[in-house]
Amino acid sequence: MIEPGKRNRSLALRLVLMAAGSFAFGFALVPLYDVFCEVTGIGSNAVLTRAGTVDGEVPVPNRKVVVEFTASVPDGGWTLEPVAPSMEVQPGRLYEAHYRARNLSGRETTGQAVPSISPMRAARYFVKTECFCFTPQHFARGEERELKVRFVVDRELPKEIDRLTLSYAFYDVERKAG
Amino acid sequence: MAHAGHHDDHGHEPPKGIVRWLTTTNHKDIGTMYLVFSLLMFLIGGAFAFMIRAELFEPGLQLLNPAVFNQMTTMHALVMVFGAVMPATVGLANWMVPMQIGAADMALPRMNLFSFWLLAFAFLLLLSTFLMPGGAPASGWTLYPPLVLQTGEAFPMAIFAIHLMGASSIMGAINVIVTIVNMRAPGMTLLKMPLFSWSWLITAYLLIAVMPVFAGGVTMLLTDYFFKTSFFNAAGGGDPVLFQHVFWFFGHPEVYIMILPAFGIVSEIIPTFSRKPIFGYEAMVYAIASIAFLSFIVWAHHMFTVGMPLAGQLFFTLSTMLIAVPTGVKIFNWTATMWRGSISFEPPMLFALAFLFLFTIGGFSGLMLAIVPADFQYHDTYFVVAHFHYVLVPGAVFGIMGAVYYWLPKWTGHMYDMRLAKWHFWLSAIFVNVLFFPQHFLGLAGMPRRIPDYASQFADWNMASSIGAFGFGLSQLLFVWLIVKCVRGGERATAGVWDWPHGLEWTVPSPAPYHTFEKAPEVH
Repeated sequence: MIEPGKRNRSLALRLVLMAAGSFAFGFALVPLYDVFCEVTGIGSNAVLTRAGTVDGEVPVPNRKVVVEFTASVPDGGWTLEPVAPSMEVQPGRLYEAHYRARNLSGRETTGQAVPSISPMRAARYFVKTECFCFTPQHFARGEERELKVRFVVDRELPKEIDRLTLSYAFYDVERKAG
Repeated sequence: MAHAGHHDDHGHEPPKGIVRWLTTTNHKDIGTMYLVFSLLMFLIGGAFAFMIRAELFEPGLQLLNPAVFNQMTTMHALVMVFGAVMPATVGLANWMVPMQIGAADMALPRMNLFSFWLLAFAFLLLLSTFLMPGGAPASGWTLYPPLVLQTGEAFPMAIFAIHLMGASSIMGAINVIVTIVNMRAPGMTLLKMPLFSWSWLITAYLLIAVMPVFAGGVTMLLTDYFFKTSFFNAAGGGDPVLFQHVFWFFGHPEVYIMILPAFGIVSEIIPTFSRKPIFGYEAMVYAIASIAFLSFIVWAHHMFTVGMPLAGQLFFTLSTMLIAVPTGVKIFNWTATMWRGSISFEPPMLFALAFLFLFTIGGFSGLMLAIVPADFQYHDTYFVVAHFHYVLVPGAVFGIMGAVYYWLPKWTGHMYDMRLAKWHFWLSAIFVNVLFFPQHFLGLAGMPRRIPDYASQFADWNMASSIGAFGFGLSQLLFVWLIVKCVRGGERATAGVWDWPHGLEWTVPSPAPYHTFEKAPEVH
C-alpha cells in the first residue's frame, strides 16, 4: 500500500490541475463565445453598438476633458454615427459636435434619439444647449443628413473624471411595436 | 499526516491562548474559526441589509445617498455569499466530515490553516474598500461591466479580494475531496457515507469547476481596466454580454454550492428527529449529483433579457425546469422519512421543517422565473429578490442554523437553552416571511431592485418588509447570545446527545475530544 501522505499529495495535485483547467476554460470561453455567435448568427455586434475609437490620450494641463461620441440603433432601419469619434474640450466652453444619420427603412419616417452620459455621475455636469434629441427628426426615404448637438461641460466636473461618453440610442418612432 | 510511531505536535494538547488559534492545524479548531468568522460576517452583512431596509422603510431618500445605497447592496451580497454562507458550510465540513467518515483530521491540515487565513485577509481587504476614495464597489455582486469599471480606486483591491477568497474556497474544496476519497475508515464505502459528507463531496467538485472560471472573469475585468484589453469593451471589439455568460457560468453552480450542504444537513436532521433512517438514501445521492450536473447547463436563465434566439430560450427554460425533478425527489424523500416517524420538535428539527417548507416556496418562484415571457416581466424586480432570498435565507441559512443546533452540544459538550432556541426559531421563521413575502407583491407590481427610492404605491409593503427585516435581524442576537451561553456552560451533553443518534460522530464523547479516530473505527 502506498503511504497515505503521498496518496493525499498526488490526489491534491490532480485537483489543483483540475482547478487550473477550469481557469483556462474561463478564458477559452472568450473565443468560444464568438465562435458560438458566428455559427448561430446571434448578437451581431455591428448593429448593437457603433462605438467611436478610443485614442487613450489623457490631457493634463489646464483641465482638458475628452468627450467620446457613440450611437446605437437597437431596431435597425437607420445608421447613426458620430462625424468625429471624440473631442478634447475645456470645461466651461461651448462646443458643437455632429452625427450623421441615414434612413435605411425604405420609407419616409421619423426618428427619436435618446441620449445617455457615462460615467453616470458625470451626467449632471454635461449640459446640452441644443440637441437633435430634443425633437423628433423627420427623414425622407433614403435621406442622409448631419445632426447637431451643442454642449458645455460644467466647470465643476469632478477632478477625477477626464473622459465622458455621450451615447445615443436612435429609435424609429413610426415603426409599429412587434 | 501523522502516523503511528512518529508523533510530532499531534499527540499533545493544544497550546494555550491566542497562539493555539493562530497556529492550529486541528480540523476542529479550524472548523470553529470558520464558523465564528462566518457568524461575524453574517452580522456585518446583516448590518448592511439593515441600512438598505431602513432607507427603503418609506419612499424618498432619508438616510443614504444613492451611491452609498448601491455600495450597501453590493457589499451585503458579497459578504453574505462569500463571507457568511460559504465559510459556514466550510466550517461545518471541517468539523463534521472527518468525524462522519472516521478520519483523524482533514487530509491536508496545513493547507486548511492557510485557506482560513487567506479568507480572513480577503475580507479585511474587501471591507476596507469602504475607506478608499470612491468607496466600496457599487455595481452589485454580479460585477457587470461597464458599470463595475466605474468603481473608484477600490476596484483592483476588490478584485484581488475576490481572487483570494476564490483561492481559499478552492483549497477548502480540494481538502474535502482528498479527505473523503482517501481517509474514510475501513468499511466506510461511499454509499454508506452520511449524506452531509456526500453533499460536501459534490459541492467541492462544483467549487473546483467554477470558482476558477469566476477568477478568470474578474481577471479579464482587471486587464480591461488597467491594460487596455477589450474583453468586455464594445469599442475594442469585445462584448459586455460575454461577462454575463462567464459570470453566470460560475454563478449558477455557485448557488448550488450554497444550498447543497444545507440539503445534506437537512438529510441528517430529519431522520434523527423522525427516529427513522432516511427514505431513499441512494436516490438522495443521485439527486444531489443530478442537481450538480444540471447546474452547469442553466446559466443563461439569469440573463434572458439580453436577447437570445428562441432555441436558446427554450433550452435554458427546459433545462432549468428539469432541476425541479431531482429537487422534487429530495423534498419527497424528506417528507417520506417523516411519514409514520416518531417525530419530535427540537430546535434542529424546527429549522429543518421550516427549511423544507420555505425553500420549496423559493423553488416554486424559481420555476416562475424560468418561463421566458414571465421572466421578462419579473427580471430585475423585487420578485427576483424575494425568490433568491427565500432559497438563501430560510434555505441555506436555516440549514446552517439547524446544523449548529444539531451539533452544538457535540462541539461544546453542553446542551443549549432550548427555550431560547425555540424563541430564536419562531421569531426568525415569522419575521423572515414578513421580510421577504411582501417582496413578491412588490416585484409583481413592478418595483425594480437596487433602487434607493420608489413610487409611493409601493410604500405599504416596503414598510412591512422593513419591519420584518428589523425583527429578523434583532432575533439573530438571540442566536449569538445562545451560542455564547452554550460555550460557557450548561447541562452536560451525552455522547449521543439526541434520542435516536446515528452515525460515527455520536459515538465519540461530548465535547468531541481534540483528537478523534486516531485509530480508525470499524464500520459494518
